[in-house]
Formats: sequence, C-alpha cells, structure tokens
Amino acid sequence: MTETPAVAAPAETARKFNIDTVENAAKTPDTELPWAELGLKQNEFDEVVKVLGRRPTGAELAMYSVMWSEHCSYKSSKNHLRQFGDKVTEEMKKDMLVGIGENAGVTNLGDGWAVTFKIESHNSPSFVEPYQGAATGIGGIVRDIISMGARPVAVMDPLRFGAIDHPDTARVMHGAVAGIGGYGNSLGLPNIGGEMVFDSVYQGNPLVNALAVGVMRHEDIRLANASGKGNKVVLFGARTGGDGIGGASVLASESFDDTKPSKRPAVQVGDPFAEKVLIECCLELFKGSLVEGIQDLGAAGISCATSELASNGDGGMEVELTSVLLRDPTLTPGEILMSESQERMMAVVTPENIAAFEAVMDKWAVEYSWLGEVTDTGRLIITWEGEVIVDVDPRTVAHDGPVYDRPYARPEWQDAVQADSFTGSVQDAGRPSAPADLAAAITELVASPNMCDKSWITKQYDRYVGGNTAMAFPDDAGVVRVDEETGLGVALATDANGRYTYLDPYHGAQLALAEAYRNVATSGAVPMAVSDCLNFGSPEDPDVMWQLAEAIRGLSDACMVLGIPVTGGNVSLYNQTGTTPIHPSPVVAVLGKFDDVARRTPSGWKEDGQAIYLLGTTAAELDGSEWSNMRGHLGGLPPKVDLDAERELGQILINASRDGMVDSAHDLSEGGLAAALVESSLRYGVGARIALQDVLDRDGVDLFTALFSETQGRAVVAVPRSEEIRFTDMCTARGFAHVRIGVVDAEGGTLEINGVETMSLDALREAHEATLPKYFG
Amino acid sequence: MTELPLIGEAVAVAANPRLAGARIGVVTFPGTLDDRDAARAVRLAGATPVELWHAGTTLGDVDAVVIPGGFSYGDYLRAGAIARFAPLMSKIIDAANSEAKLPVLGICNGFQILTESHLLPGSMIKNDHLKFMCRDQVLRVENNTTAWTGDYAAGQEITVPLKNQDGQYIADEKTLDALEAEGRVVFRYVGFNPNGSRRDIAGISNAAGNVVGLMPHPEHAVEAGFGPELGSGTEGLGFFTSVLNKIVGDNK
Repeated sequence: MTETPAVAAPAETARKFNIDTVENAAKTPDTELPWAELGLKQNEFDEVVKVLGRRPTGAELAMYSVMWSEHCSYKSSKNHLRQFGDKVTEEMKKDMLVGIGENAGVTNLGDGWAVTFKIESHNSPSFVEPYQGAATGIGGIVRDIISMGARPVAVMDPLRFGAIDHPDTARVMHGAVAGIGGYGNSLGLPNIGGEMVFDSVYQGNPLVNALAVGVMRHEDIRLANASGKGNKVVLFGARTGGDGIGGASVLASESFDDTKPSKRPAVQVGDPFAEKVLIECCLELFKGSLVEGIQDLGAAGISCATSELASNGDGGMEVELTSVLLRDPTLTPGEILMSESQERMMAVVTPENIAAFEAVMDKWAVEYSWLGEVTDTGRLIITWEGEVIVDVDPRTVAHDGPVYDRPYARPEWQDAVQADSFTGSVQDAGRPSAPADLAAAITELVASPNMCDKSWITKQYDRYVGGNTAMAFPDDAGVVRVDEETGLGVALATDANGRYTYLDPYHGAQLALAEAYRNVATSGAVPMAVSDCLNFGSPEDPDVMWQLAEAIRGLSDACMVLGIPVTGGNVSLYNQTGTTPIHPSPVVAVLGKFDDVARRTPSGWKEDGQAIYLLGTTAAELDGSEWSNMRGHLGGLPPKVDLDAERELGQILINASRDGMVDSAHDLSEGGLAAALVESSLRYGVGARIALQDVLDRDGVDLFTALFSETQGRAVVAVPRSEEIRFTDMCTARGFAHVRIGVVDAEGGTLEINGVETMSLDALREAHEATLPKYFG
Repeated sequence: MTELPLIGEAVAVAANPRLAGARIGVVTFPGTLDDRDAARAVRLAGATPVELWHAGTTLGDVDAVVIPGGFSYGDYLRAGAIARFAPLMSKIIDAANSEAKLPVLGICNGFQILTESHLLPGSMIKNDHLKFMCRDQVLRVENNTTAWTGDYAAGQEITVPLKNQDGQYIADEKTLDALEAEGRVVFRYVGFNPNGSRRDIAGISNAAGNVVGLMPHPEHAVEAGFGPELGSGTEGLGFFTSVLNKIVGDNK
C-alpha cells in the first residue's frame, strides 16, 4: 500500500511568491516589467510611472493595464461619447434618475417604479469560445442590473455572425445560442427578443451583444461607491480563479491575428447556478438595506471593483489580498487582481450590519470573505500578508486613464461607395416585374438568411419564466409587465444595420435608433430611453475612427430630435480581422413604457375583414436593402432619415394602441413592405388581400419598389371596421400619409397581392422556416 | 428597501370563497425558477400560496405542495439528484406516502425531483434533439381522477408551455406497461413529441393519484396574454382548481 503524499496547505503555497512590494519598487526603479505583454503602450506605461512617482509594482501594473485598456477606459471613444451627455435637454432629463457612468442608467416609470437597462458586447470571447463567451455575456450584464438594486426581469440578445454557409458560422451559432440559452434559462429570466444577422464581414468577428432590464422601487436604487470610514469591504459569490485573466486588455482591446497563440484562457467560464443564487442573495441584501455600496465584478475583476468603489466614495480603501477566496491557490497577486472569474460581487457593509449580512450569505450558501475597510486617506492600499503591494490614488486607476484624440478622416473610398447605387448596377439586372417572378422574389426574400424565421434560435430560450412576458419575438418589441396590479410595463427593441452604417455612418446610426424607436412605438409603448452598444473596428484606423465619430454624432443628434436620452451602453472596438474591420454596427436599444401592457399591439393579423393600412410614403430606396444584399450589392446611400416623421408615426401608433384603434401593427424595415406583409400573415397564419395601386399612384413607384424599398417611417396596421373612421381621421388630422391597401382574409390561407401571383401561406411558411434548420440542423 | 413582490405577485381574483382557506406550499430550492409563477397560479386559482424553503424541516399546515421548475442546484450531477436530499423533501416524501396522501405536484424540475425521490417511477434524460426547447405544447389529459386533474374532462386537450433541456421521459418496458395498465399515464403529448419521451408520456402519477409529475408548465398558462397563444391561454389553471376542489371536498 502506498502512502498518500501530504498535500501542502494552500496557505503555505500561497505565500511562496516573490512579492513585489511598493517598498521594493521604490528601491528597484530599473526592474523590467512586462507592460507591453499586458497591453500597455510605451506612453501609457510612462504615464503610470509619472502618476506614481516610481515604477509600479507587479500588482499595480496589472491593475493599470486592465483598467486603462480600451474596454475599461473608453480611451478612444471618450471624447466623442461626451455628446451623449452634452446633447440633452431638460425635457429629456426629467425621467432620468441615474445617467451614464453608473453600472446602468435608471429611468422613472411612474407609480414609484424605476427601470434600468443596458446593452453590452461580449464579442471577442464569443468568437474564441462561443458557449462560455455568450453565456458570461448574459451573466455580466445581469450583474450590472443587480448592482443598481434592481431585480432583473428579462434579457435580449442581438447577434451578428458570418456568412450562413461558412463552416465556422455553425460553430459560433451553436455555441453562442446554447450559451445564451444555457445561462439565461438557468437564471429564470425570459429572453424576449433580439436580432440575428448573417454577413461575411462578421466572419472572424461575430457580434454577441446582450441586454438586460431590471425593475425596482425608487428608494431601492443602489450606486457603486464606498463611503463611510470604517465600513467593511466584502467579496462574495464564486471563488476567484485563473479564468479570464486579462480578458479586458488582451482579448477585448486588440484585433485578432492568427499568428498569435490561442487566447482561450482569457475567456471566463460561467456558472449560472451561482449567478441565480447571487441574484436572490443580493435582492435579499437590498431588502434588508444591508449594503452601503455594491459593485459587480466584470471586466478587470477586483482591480475594477476596488478602484471604482473607492474613487466613487470617500476615496480610500484598504484591502488584504490574501483574504480573497481562491479556486486556485497558486494565483499571483497580479492574477488575483486581474481575474475575471464570474459570479462575484463586492459590497461595502457597516460594522452593525455584518452579522445580518453573514446570515443572508449563509442562508443562500454563498461564500464570502471580508477583505478590508473604507478609509478617508484617498488612497487605495492593497496588502499581501500585510506588505503593501498597491498604493495608488484610485481615481488614477478608475477614471484618469489615458484619453486619445485618435486621428480620423472620411475614408477615401467613401465617395466611390456612395456613388455606386444598386439601381442600374450589374446586380440589378433582371429586376422582377411579372406576377410569378414577384412571388418568387418575395419567397426568396423571406427565406433569405437575414429575413428567415428565427425560431430555431428563440425556441431554445425560455420566454415564459416570470409569468410577465406580454410579448416576445417575433413581434416588433419584447414587452414585460412590471406591476401586476396596474399592468404598468416596459417594451424593448434593439436594432442595427451594418450595411446602412457602412454606407453612411452618421445616418446609419440614426436609422438604427429610428428603427428601434419605431419598433417600440409599433408595440404601443411610449419610447423613453436609449442604450447603445457601439461595435466597430480598430480606432487606430482613421477610417474606422471616422465611422465611430460620425455614428456617435448621428446618434446623439437623433436622440435630441426624438427627445430620448442615452442612459448607458458600451463600446466594443478592435472588431476586425487583420486590417479588415466589420461594418460599423451601432446596436441601439430603445426602452418604452406601457401604462398597461394589456394594450400591447402584436404584429400579426387575426380578425377576418379588418382593414389594412400602410402608414407613410414609399420612395425608391433600395441601396443597402436586403434585396440588394441578396443580389450581392452594397453601395449607394441608405434610406433617408426623417426623425420628425418617425415621431409622428410613433404618436399615431401609440394613440392607436391606447385607444384600441388597431389590432395589429408591424413596422417596415429590412425587406420593406414585402417582408412585413408576409410576417404579419404568418404570425397567426391569417392571410390578406392586398392592392397597392393607390400607393403606386401616390408615390410614383413601381410594384417591385413598393414591395422591396426600405423607406423609413412606415408601418402596416390592421384596423377593426368600427374604428376605421376614427383612425383615418387621426392620421388626417396629423397630416400623416395613410392609405388602405387591403383587407385581412382569415379564410383563404393565402397572401394575395394584386400584380403578384397568389402565395399560399403554407408555402411561404415552409420557405420562411426551412433556412436555419437547413444550415444548423 | 421595500418589498419587491409585485413582480411575480398576482392580482387577487374573485375566486370561489370555499377555496380561499386552502394553503398550498410552493417549494424553493437554490436554483428554482418558477416558484413565483407557481405561487401566482395558486393565487389565481383562489388559494393561499405558502413559501417553503428547501432547508426547512416542517411543511407547516399546507394542504398540498407544488415543486416548481428550474435548475435546483444547477442540475449538477443530474437534474433533481441533489434536491432530492433536501431536508424538506423527506417531509414531502413522508406526507405523500402517509395515509393523508398529501397532494404533490412536480412541474419540470419538480417532476425530475419526484422521480429522483422515488415518489414516481422512471427518469428524465436529455431531449432526443439535445437542445433546450420552449414551445406551446398540446397535452391530452389521460386520467382525470388524480388530485390534480379532477377539473378536466377525460381526454381533454389542453395547451401549456413546455420548456426544458432534460425532458425525455424514460422507464423500462415493464414499468411503462404497468403505468399504462394502472391508468397512471396522466398526460400525453399530442401532435408532436418534443423530447422523445417513451410512449409520448408527458406526466404520470403514483398509484394513489395524489402525486403527479409532468414536464410541461401549467403554471405558465393561468393568465390570458401571459401564456400560450394557442387556446385560451389559461388551460393550466385546472391543475390548481382541481387540487383545491379535492382538498375542500375531502374536508367536507
């Protein structure tokens, strides 16, 4: 029998490092440090030395490198992002309870309720390791929502992957969708919508964005700050491990390049069960008012949480790093500071509340460790067995990172791209006009990768849990009830169009906002706030930087016109492979409010004989459209933006919903009227008879253009006979173009459009639903 | 800090006053997700939901117990395998097997916990297509004499949401034959078997009919507009009114 060798006690192994103390750093100014490997540039390292008045210790270097990364510091975009705070009127501020800068913005819903929502990217990890990347994307955004004091109530996930038929797309698709489902479903949060776009520009840089929304009472809003000298600092939740080290710096802030070693170890690994327990545990802490300040641990882990909590509060904190509970006892202090292990939170607790805090932890079997306390010294001091390894002004870590005015210029190729209109191009040859050809074109459109049915994805997500989901995919917006007594609720939609934004970043970003705004209004909700996830290529490329600057300028201008503020968001740069960036893809989420979600308007037809109206006018706008995309063309100018028209259309749709004037409404966007008519038919399997002659005569377009143009500011609605006069009177009074284009036909099982061969709903459905299963099984 | 109960809290509905005194326990494990929904369903049926914590050692004076869906203990090891050892489960097992025959309903993860507890035979494995699936599912009520199905007609078809990853019901042929022979197949999938369950079985009962488990979620079909789009949207409410009528009937 062999003896089992004695295992060294973790406490002993943990102390075997050659600890680089502040004292040591002061004595050894010339020690070589791996700042470049950690993602810092020479000028940034020099700045760290200047700030500290000496070389940083290894631990300090770790902190600065992650906190000054593009991902955490917004150093390339900060100067531009200011516009979201500057271009805000008093009117726009009236419902904003917490603005940009906190974990997530908070908007007043009335009746004492508040809502917080935010969209973030988890792009790079999701390419390297799709399941864990996407899963922890959900986990991170949900913790942002909890950190504000809110109960999370729903998630959404806009996805952009490479070409549908590329072999690697299936890897990303299966992994990311399973990850979002596997994590989100286990949290008990309904997934109420999102997007799915396929385009080869995202082949090496898929976009996995995640949105979460939470609700709370006004008095429950929590902020991330550490105040009150002598209050205790506690870390709780999962243990700290070696996963996700440098995720923010080496992964999220650099371009991919296949000459470098795999970055898989920089991806975090999620445990949704730990997160679910953490959610309930935090809500119980809030309920008992047991925490003074709270911060989730996401990008940059403990570095971020300690420096942000300290600099937002009284400005001082002392932490003993060996008190951190570890999964892996061999982690160095720098690794502990940089680890992005998931499902962790840091809180500040008064000494009186320690016992009550520990009781909640014990109830939920959540591990915790007391790390230190709040001081009034203005310094963040981190010790390792009592020896000082970090002694910094926390502001310099959290807020005073480098800010760059990156050079930008309108790309030389932009003019040529904009001059290359689809109309008259080689790809435009043989534009369909015969009835059979138009029917074939419509069928091809609704079966195309971007327009096809997405239920292959959405049926892998729980939409019901919570019992408050009033509407979800495939309707225009996801709708969740907040207050069961009154029906008060929220609607959410996310949109982006990379092709439009490539053609014209300023207007493309506005079009994304306009569409999300329109989707929310189409559901019947009043748009209130915006969160954006700006996915772009490398800011060191002046072309990309121009796209980013233009998109931010466009978005902030449009928010002013629509009167809804940006309350938070995220910037994801370096989404490029080699020197080829993705299409600029500002994903815009709009939140709207319902006084009573029972008034929501679904997108499908139900009642036989209801009148179908087309709202808005149609111009010949095929550049950047799905049709041109299907024909392999990208050039020209995107559809014209008319924000006043969007506002007016929104008012009509909101009033119509509130006063019961429409039974269904569907916005027109990608795929134009053709896509909207098919989607409204297939929603409940109820067809229609449509005649577009009045539209053709009024707008001077041909039938193909009427069907496939992507002119903005339009929607189709179904109006009960009894409401027709009231509805048309309202449109007339508001001077908004409206024309009756047909009638709902519950009997025929077909979609009849004059001039187009009659299409059976069964055949349309088969084409619409077959695409994703064909590629992904 | 105020209470946060309004999310997941149901509006009181005018219910049969006879039923209002009934108390139905809803168990919460770490990782349980549909407990608030089950409590809402109990309320909408007219009874009083009672929160039961997995670590508790008493059932109090509840008249019935619902073990709701979710991922208790993260479904680690095997769905329901850890939850089965919770202190409260031994109380539930005893009460279900006692002469009083406490009515117990296990939904989804609750069903998995009941099979792991040996209150019900068979087991659930991963769906045959290996994916999580969320859909509106049509079920046929094969047995309307259990504690939880008395308000349905035999053979009635109802639509309730289904959402799970490990929903494929399996058992050996002998067990399946016995279940069929004894009328203990309570629900069968109609039109589409969403997970490869043997003999389209969606739910079963114990021999006495007081313990019922099923994979689909009746508690998500209790309020029009917040459940399935097919049918009335409230076709799951009958589970909860059934048990109330049973309780009140027994107490008469």
